[in-house]
Amino acid sequence: MRRAHARRSFTRVSCTIALALAGLAASAAAATAEKLVASLTNHRVLITSSYTGAELVLFGTVERDAAAAPQHARYDVVATITGPRQPLRARRKSRVLGIWVNTATRTFVDPPSYLAVLASRPLDAITGADNQRRMRLGIANTSFPQRFNEDIGEVSNDPFRAALVRLMRERDLYSEAPNAVTFLTPTLFRASIPLPAQVPIGNYDVDVKLFADGAMIAQTASAFEIVKVGFEQFVVDASQRHSLLYGLVTAMMALATGWIASVAFRKD
Amino acid sequence: MQIYLPIADLPVNIFLLLGMGIAVGFISGMFGVGGGFLMTPLLIFIGVQPAVAVASVTTHVAASSFSGAIAYWRRKALDGTLALTLLIGGMVGSAAGVALFTWLRALDQLDLVIELSYVTLLSIVGLLMISESVRAIIRSRQGKPAELRRPGSHVWFHGLPFKLRFKRSKVYVSAVPVLVIGLIIGFAGAIMGIGGGFLLVPMLIYLVRVPTATVIGTSMVLTFFTMLSATVLHAVTNHLVDAVLALILMVGGVIGAQFGAHAGQRMRGEWLRLLLGLLVFAVGLRFAFELVLQPEDLYSIRLIEGAP
Repeated sequence: MRRAHARRSFTRVSCTIALALAGLAASAAAATAEKLVASLTNHRVLITSSYTGAELVLFGTVERDAAAAPQHARYDVVATITGPRQPLRARRKSRVLGIWVNTATRTFVDPPSYLAVLASRPLDAITGADNQRRMRLGIANTSFPQRFNEDIGEVSNDPFRAALVRLMRERDLYSEAPNAVTFLTPTLFRASIPLPAQVPIGNYDVDVKLFADGAMIAQTASAFEIVKVGFEQFVVDASQRHSLLYGLVTAMMALATGWIASVAFRKD
Repeated sequence: MQIYLPIADLPVNIFLLLGMGIAVGFISGMFGVGGGFLMTPLLIFIGVQPAVAVASVTTHVAASSFSGAIAYWRRKALDGTLALTLLIGGMVGSAAGVALFTWLRALDQLDLVIELSYVTLLSIVGLLMISESVRAIIRSRQGKPAELRRPGSHVWFHGLPFKLRFKRSKVYVSAVPVLVIGLIIGFAGAIMGIGGGFLLVPMLIYLVRVPTATVIGTSMVLTFFTMLSATVLHAVTNHLVDAVLALILMVGGVIGAQFGAHAGQRMRGEWLRLLLGLLVFAVGLRFAFELVLQPEDLYSIRLIEGAP
């Protein structure tokens, strides 16, 4: 189920990239002198029994056309990391007959379970507000469509959307860091992607955009996955595929533990 | 030492879990309750998703009640006939409870119903136990003999048919109220994710007048069977039983339960009931505060389980 969903969200992401690329070609015809190359230190994060969170390093370089003279004085990079998408319900409590009850709910169709926006400077310093909106740059411009009966739509200035972002930020699953990308040389940059302990497993998309003089001049994409391995994966597999056997074995485990304890602590 | 829980998707300190298991196990061994009503809120508090917490606690409660039941069986302090009668009622109740659970979940009002039932059940049962045990303590302070069996204690349902002799418990009552009690326990257990020991013990003592000596062992047998079947059911339907979490909890739980059982036997029955009453009432109050006080954050988010 999870896998099928990941595939769907992947096609969605590639659509967004295609659109963004089309926009890029139209807006900056002269911006072909630079090429952006980026990679991650690791494309698989393994969750083992000692996993308490991890950090991935994104590094990249701006390749200038050797023939053309350097056109831009400085570059800026914005990297957006998007985790697997899962439907989510946001609820608001209000007082009914003296007790606090969930009275209003909204369903978000496919918000990312992880979202990190890493930049070399504050987004406003990198590019204009219009550009940010158009490219869906930053958490504020990310789309969080909601479901209303049969319709799916975006609500602006929505308190539920604000609550979703705030709660996800509190859990360290959403983050925006305006100084997380550092340029080691004028063309070589690195950024570390923080992955908290409660990070969901699945496929993560990394989208890297290169800006100069307020406009995007190059873009590249990468991906990584967070997977469980070894015993952890074995337990998950067993509980999903052989659930009856898993339940019976767990029950036997309870019996054995209880019996061993009563024998071990027998006083007479 | 941190360990990653594969189903709960969360790293936790293994010693914290062991400690929680021992503490709750001690209480469950002492009073003959499963301890689910304490362990589930504790797990949710440390960040385990409620659904995983409820499912994994059933396994933990199965283990600790099994070791407790063995200990009471060796001392011949449990009533098999009584346990079997309760179990029959309990199975019918569980089925009805699971049906209501599914229906409420579809209405998105399950959380509220769970909280409200915790508040009402725990505070009423807690208050009843406190008042009864305080009266018993005062009576024994005044030098009056403890009432073993009140002469005028025949309630209307003692006149019901299908009388059964529960030999170990030395009671001769109709099977109907016992079946109904089993039904209520099974129903409440399915809705609230608890074994129901804290409800069963006072009901058997005050309504059926089963002596305290056999009531705890019998309650443990019933808890054990219901929780064991709940473990398998949760594993098959929701895939949410975390075996690693359950194992750590149950290891702590069975150790704690042994010490708890010894401590419980050294205490007088009425003091034991007073303590359990206070504990049950305190948990009920905590849930009541949560409902009445304005929450820090009016908003909450929840993953939609089972969604494509």
